[in-house]
Amino acid sequence: MRSRLANIDFIGVFLWVIRAAIIVAVVWGTTATILNNTYTTRQWTDFLVFGVAQGSMYALIAIGYTLVYGVLFMINFAHGEFFMSGIFTATVFLALPMDNAGWLDRNPLLGLLIIAVVSMVISVVIAVVTERIAYRHLRTAPRLVPLITAIGASFFWQNLYRGLLGGEQKPFPQLEVLTGTIPMLGTEIQKVHIVVIIVTIIMLIGLNFFIIRTKTGKAIRSVAEDKEVAALMGIDVDRTITITFITGAAMAGIAGVLYAMVYRQVHFFMGFIPGIKAFTAAVLGGIGSIPGAAIGGLFLGMFESVGPSLFLKGLGIPAFNQLKDVIAFTMLVLVLIFRPQGILGEPLAEKKA
Amino acid sequence: MTEQTAILTATNVTKRFGGLVAVSEFDFDVPKDSIVSIIGPNGAGKTTFFNCISGFYEVDEGTIEFDGNVLNHRSPDMIARTGIGRTYQNIRLFTNMTAIENILVGMEPILHSTWIGAILHTPGTLREEKKAVEDALHWLRFVGLVGKGDFLAKNLPYGDQRRLEIARALAGKPKLLLLDEPTAGMNPMESAEMMRFIRQLRDDLGITILLIEHDMRVVMGISERVTVLDYGMEIAEGTPEEIQRNPRVIEAYLGRGAATGLGAGKAVNA
Amino acid sequence: MVKSWDIDLRIPLRFGLIAGLIALMESVIGIVTLSWERSLVANVVTMGQVLLFAPAIVIASMAAKQANQDKKLVSLLYGLVTGFLTAIPLIILIAMATAFDLRQFMPNVSPALIELLTFGRSPVAGSLILLGVTSLMGLLAAAFDFLPKFIQRPLLMGLIVTLTIGIFSEILSNRLRDLVSVDFSRAIFEGKALKTIIAAGLFAFVAVLNFLWNQFQEPIRGAFGSLPPRLTRVLRVLVILVLIALGLLIPTIAGTYLSEVINNVGIFVLMGLGLNIVVGFAGLLDLGYVAFFAIGAYSMAVFTTEGPLGVSNMSFWAAIPFCIVIAAFAGIVLGVPVLRMRGDYLAIVTLGFGEIIRILALSDLLKPYIGGAQGVLKIPKPTIINFFAVIRDFFVNLFRGLPLPKAPFETIDLIKPEQFYYIVLAGCALAWFVSWRLGESRLGRQWMAVREDEDVAEAVGIKLVSTKLLAFAVGAAFSGLSGAFFASKLTSIFPHSFKLDISINVLCLIIIGGIGSLPGVVVGSIILVGMPELLREFKEYRLLMYGILLVVMMLARPEGFIPSAVKRREMLTADEQMQASAETESAAGD
Repeated sequence: MRSRLANIDFIGVFLWVIRAAIIVAVVWGTTATILNNTYTTRQWTDFLVFGVAQGSMYALIAIGYTLVYGVLFMINFAHGEFFMSGIFTATVFLALPMDNAGWLDRNPLLGLLIIAVVSMVISVVIAVVTERIAYRHLRTAPRLVPLITAIGASFFWQNLYRGLLGGEQKPFPQLEVLTGTIPMLGTEIQKVHIVVIIVTIIMLIGLNFFIIRTKTGKAIRSVAEDKEVAALMGIDVDRTITITFITGAAMAGIAGVLYAMVYRQVHFFMGFIPGIKAFTAAVLGGIGSIPGAAIGGLFLGMFESVGPSLFLKGLGIPAFNQLKDVIAFTMLVLVLIFRPQGILGEPLAEKKA
Repeated sequence: MTEQTAILTATNVTKRFGGLVAVSEFDFDVPKDSIVSIIGPNGAGKTTFFNCISGFYEVDEGTIEFDGNVLNHRSPDMIARTGIGRTYQNIRLFTNMTAIENILVGMEPILHSTWIGAILHTPGTLREEKKAVEDALHWLRFVGLVGKGDFLAKNLPYGDQRRLEIARALAGKPKLLLLDEPTAGMNPMESAEMMRFIRQLRDDLGITILLIEHDMRVVMGISERVTVLDYGMEIAEGTPEEIQRNPRVIEAYLGRGAATGLGAGKAVNA
Repeated sequence: MVKSWDIDLRIPLRFGLIAGLIALMESVIGIVTLSWERSLVANVVTMGQVLLFAPAIVIASMAAKQANQDKKLVSLLYGLVTGFLTAIPLIILIAMATAFDLRQFMPNVSPALIELLTFGRSPVAGSLILLGVTSLMGLLAAAFDFLPKFIQRPLLMGLIVTLTIGIFSEILSNRLRDLVSVDFSRAIFEGKALKTIIAAGLFAFVAVLNFLWNQFQEPIRGAFGSLPPRLTRVLRVLVILVLIALGLLIPTIAGTYLSEVINNVGIFVLMGLGLNIVVGFAGLLDLGYVAFFAIGAYSMAVFTTEGPLGVSNMSFWAAIPFCIVIAAFAGIVLGVPVLRMRGDYLAIVTLGFGEIIRILALSDLLKPYIGGAQGVLKIPKPTIINFFAVIRDFFVNLFRGLPLPKAPFETIDLIKPEQFYYIVLAGCALAWFVSWRLGESRLGRQWMAVREDEDVAEAVGIKLVSTKLLAFAVGAAFSGLSGAFFASKLTSIFPHSFKLDISINVLCLIIIGGIGSLPGVVVGSIILVGMPELLREFKEYRLLMYGILLVVMMLARPEGFIPSAVKRREMLTADEQMQASAETESAAGD
């Protein structure tokens, strides 16, 4: 009897030890970094701004995960590929030829607008095709099954693009208007980061309006609540689910353009890491919640940007920037272990009994 | 305390979900070798109380004692091993396992073989497995499912699934069996048969029975004691006859327009 | 009788469009160009032709089946239209490639592709030929359906077997050259393809064999069934003995290159068996399974390496138990935090674990211990005592009155893949045995119950913690063993060998084979690991194939190629079950 009791305690203790160890490490590292005055205030601001820009992109991608999870309770593993496909296609077929002709530098705004629209459209097409072929017939299947087709779809699109447009990195043209910095907040902020943040804010406001105010948005919410009841109320569930995918993919398409503007490179595998990170962001904010995705994305972006310098350096870890991704994944793991409902999510625990 | 010793004693049990008090300061005991029912309108906290006993929920206040053990802070598997078996309101079998496998899993509390023994096929393991399969066949026969051992649980008809669930609970040799609406969805004939079967469990196997039931005919027919819950609180306790005459019980049911003459012994809830 | 024609042109339109898009996709990603010259049957058909025209044929046949059974003309029409439409996207591609330089966008739309699509003619003439060819194929595919089933099946079988052998011509001809003679090999293969006459013969042989089998299957089975049980048992033992002998002889038959491929398959079989316990038996979806493979490999590496990173100069054999134990322990440590997680959350957290382990292995943080990006080098191959020489010396010296051989005995290094094969085989056999025994045992039932309904499993007295942790530990142990073999086989390891791909790969192979099924793991590994290794020139398209395979498999056959016993039972209808049960009953009653 006694040993069985000990069994339970052992796990609780183990989890507490993990928590304590992490808190100690973070506090220790942070204190060390701050006491050593490693970075100037200006550097910290730079880290923060970069984090916000990075987080904005995560937020836009995370919306797709959260929307699809909200209506279908599935992790759309292929969402990173929706993100990649749009901008990869737009870069190869539009941005590069326009740049080569010199047209893009003369009409940067119009050019970017066209690229953004095409990127969104392609992402949406890919999403609709994926939903139609790989997911639609599997709505009632055990949850493992659509997850596996999602992995399959992800592999398919990645490698189709690799064959189609080539396996090497493609440069995204550097735009005159977006280069340079603007003095702000006591530092020089890159113009491109400002654009990223502004575009994200606009997109999020638009999305919020769409979901809360429009009839379609209401349909999405009701399908997320209860598919059967929604169908009884005369909502076309299939159509609504397709629209959900379209919305998510459009956001991913835009995020792709922003990503390309910041990193100025696109390739067929570019969807994987941002995809996983954005999923982390969605979970962090509480999967199924749209404001959660936005907050989660922002939070993750900042954490990733500031974290390594803030506490990993203080701990005396060599080449701490290599561990940036470890921070993201560790956060994912910790959130899922200690607060699976995320920052804004509703508790999932009650689904148990 | 009744004349017999209690096998299960709940003292001052309270269970809350956020602001909602599902079970409130509930004192309750089940005498050994008896058949006791808990009744009450929907949402009265009956199943919650069962879940507290079997360890799915941790009680917020009070203690539950079973056969000399305090059950608080024990996980469901430990509670099963102290000798409590249960069934569920909405049948919960291992649907993709066969009937026999379901019963074999039900035997967990009394099996001892280890995984190393399983790899090496030690004589002890083989003996235990052989015995377990024989016992499983015995339970299958006992609940009247002869010849259906190789059926996947999900392919069995509804009534058979109920029986299989009971067989699974019995296989662990419990001292106390918790039955959550054992006759739900049955017609009067099947219910009558189930009543006979439950009484037989007590008489032949010496298992104490605690059941939640909506079918008043069943409750009044087989229970020795009845406890009525409403809004998580006990509003009456006594023999079936006392309960039928209790004005508070009649009010609780009639107040909701659910009862159609408890005295007549008709089904209250179809 | 309704006299109407019931023609619905939307059917061939839709099918034709799909077929056309598939053919277009194959063309623009370059796989057609790449395989165009790869003959299957010399001077008759190349792999590229099969790939390019297969969509037209297969999908036209599907379209034709949509027509009413007795409306033969309609189904012919459907086939024809589907075939015709298949060429349209390709023709558009030809036109566009002629007008613009598409190559700057799509590197695989090369002049070579256009040339082969137009059969070397001018764009217009070539397009017309292409149109004619696909239409004809569609028509033939539709017409093929008119043949009675008992002729269709042998023909298809013959075709599939002949083409499959054609694909592997090069390897087979090399083996035949070594095993038999150059002349024999030349008699069968021409260059890297089957000789036409041999192909025809093979086709006829397989078709006839299949035809006969279909016709006489029942009587043969009946005859076997009516043999006395004693004899069947003897036969069964014989078959098993033959299989074992074959298993032992494989390296000799297969030669170095194929043995190497088989070893790779074996390493994945070992991992697959482990993941099968975690996912298949216990239902815990683990996407970070590569972590344990990496841990096993790195353990083997640092324990045995002769380079600067070595901590002890253990032998392969001494290190093996450590690798297994460390991996199993890692399985428990990573298992504890996820004990309370379910389904897809578990999948994502384990994926996170896998990535964390890989990034850590790559980082400078652990570089002093496991080498960072430079990896660990100079891992020795296993060595065994040369029992043959020792025993020989023993007897020789005994007769001559010389001192008997003493430790240290003469040893041999297992350098060649043919030798390493036996180590992998032993590992797989062990893992198979353990999986099988555990699957049948009380623990196997506990896993199943946890997979089905965790709460109820707990309430019937199953200790969730130990049950789940055992699954993680056993699965990790197999994976660790596999990693240890991997390290020793390659003699050097690098972090980039332990990417997420491996986890996905292993998951795919157990799903394709049939989740929870042990033979399924082997079949899955052969399909997903063996075949791509043999078709190395198409390496770039390997993951694409995986993706398609996963989606198609989940849609068409989610239970896998060789479903496990439980899944198979699920597919039986209630009636069949009733019958099966009744039979057991009567058997028990006797």
